[in-house]
Amino acid sequence: MRNFVSERALQIPPSGIRKFFDLALTMHDVISLGVGEPDFRTPWNICEAGIYSVEQGATSYTSNRGLQSLRDALAIHLANRYQLRYSADNEMIITSGVSEGLDIAIRAIVNPGDEVLIAEPSYVSYAPCVALAGGIPVPVECTEQDNFRLNPDTLQAKITPKTKALIINFPNNPSGAVMKKEDLEPVADIVTDRDLMLLSDEVYSELTYESPHVAAATVKELWERTITLNGFSKAYAMTGWRVGFLCAPKEICDAALKIHQYVMLCAPVMGQIGALEALRSAEDEKTSMVNEYRLRRNMFVAGLNRIGLSCHVPEGAFYAFPSVKGTGLSDAEFAERLLREQRVAVVPGSVFGAGGEYHLRCAYAVSRKELTEALGRMESFINGL
Amino acid sequence: MDDKDLELLRILEENSRLSAQGIGSMINLIPAEVEARIRSLEESRVIRKYTTVINWEKAGNGEVSAIIELKVSPERDFGYDRIAERLSRFRQVRTLRLITGTYDLQVMVTGKNMQEVSRFVSEHVAPMDRIRETATHIVMKSYKENGNTLFEQQETERLPYSF
Repeated sequence: MRNFVSERALQIPPSGIRKFFDLALTMHDVISLGVGEPDFRTPWNICEAGIYSVEQGATSYTSNRGLQSLRDALAIHLANRYQLRYSADNEMIITSGVSEGLDIAIRAIVNPGDEVLIAEPSYVSYAPCVALAGGIPVPVECTEQDNFRLNPDTLQAKITPKTKALIINFPNNPSGAVMKKEDLEPVADIVTDRDLMLLSDEVYSELTYESPHVAAATVKELWERTITLNGFSKAYAMTGWRVGFLCAPKEICDAALKIHQYVMLCAPVMGQIGALEALRSAEDEKTSMVNEYRLRRNMFVAGLNRIGLSCHVPEGAFYAFPSVKGTGLSDAEFAERLLREQRVAVVPGSVFGAGGEYHLRCAYAVSRKELTEALGRMESFINGL
Repeated sequence: MDDKDLELLRILEENSRLSAQGIGSMINLIPAEVEARIRSLEESRVIRKYTTVINWEKAGNGEVSAIIELKVSPERDFGYDRIAERLSRFRQVRTLRLITGTYDLQVMVTGKNMQEVSRFVSEHVAPMDRIRETATHIVMKSYKENGNTLFEQQETERLPYSF
């Protein structure tokens, strides 16, 4: 029999944490700082809205773009909160999470052979999605010296005549870095001068601890060449509801919609109704979750630095990204031994691409009690080296 | 009272047994300053006392609670204050509030058993001057106290790793 698996599928590298995942499942009493989702439950009013909608029989498809009521509410929310102006009618698609939004955005703009720059370390799906679209992913390293922000000179050096787009993600998974307006401006100049498209994954936009998030599309002339991707998962603890959104100028949005209608049709209707409730009345719930993350971040990052894992202060998301350089171990060795010997699960930074080596992604989306216990175990581990 | 004080109060309200060092690490203060701030909040009586939320049903001490609603004729010059303060002095009264609606005062009462609670209402509360009407509701089961749910909730299953 022939090998039926496509070359593109074969080329996708296996998951960088499969080994850890399997190992952790065989162990007891593991504290996992490896989870990229909130530990909170979805606020109850959102759950109620979803349950009620199902009881009322809202169980069918919605329009491809998503519920009109949700898009209308979203347009107002984005304008009020981020000064982002998108038309609910033709510049917005409700997607099944940001994951889908990214995929259709990339497929909407990438031709075979196009180079797509990816600010790394980054979320793990960007490069495979570019490759699946026939493009060539090109990493742009964000370094610890720059606090993991995108350096304009590094960016400039990676641009070739084949470069089509740049993907960024701030607040960043895995580093927790944020880009302020003054950090985005030089990037905006380069993107505009070199006639690139910008894909900005802003799924952690609500989780900032020092200053409000700046949406990339609001900086300089970026709006007309930006695809804004965002969603409800992180801000409202709604990962399993699978609701995100893609906003872009009409022509781009139309192209993405053509793909969305065939690969997804629409985001789940109960999820969309939950998302509408989130916009209407979960502001206080969200704020209290953000406040809790801030407390955890402060104590956890202080703790990491105290036990000898130097860590910049992450200004957003819920990840600390300490360095293990001082320990003499690689990030993968550190992560594996920490799991085996002290039952603490973290993700080795190299999984997230360039700039991630010798770092660990530690999600502080776990209770303070577990964070304290994890710090104690990590300290024992380091002292035993 | 500044933002740090408010953060401190929110943390203490949720768990008053944290160490000054633990609290300090969360809000970027040295332990001595946390202690100083707590002391001043205690002195200004913003912090009234430290207490524990207990699921008495589970502890099995057999205590019963009741909510008593009272219609009260307010007094000239004092309104409801004097009678409310008198009622508050009873050991059995756990919580007392002035409310809007059909009744004026809402009293949370606990006692060793049903007899004690009803005796308290009939012998001490109902006969007081200015109390025109009482309605006693025995608490059958408590599901949430002071923001804490008392029923068991299933742990949310999360994968050990996700990106």
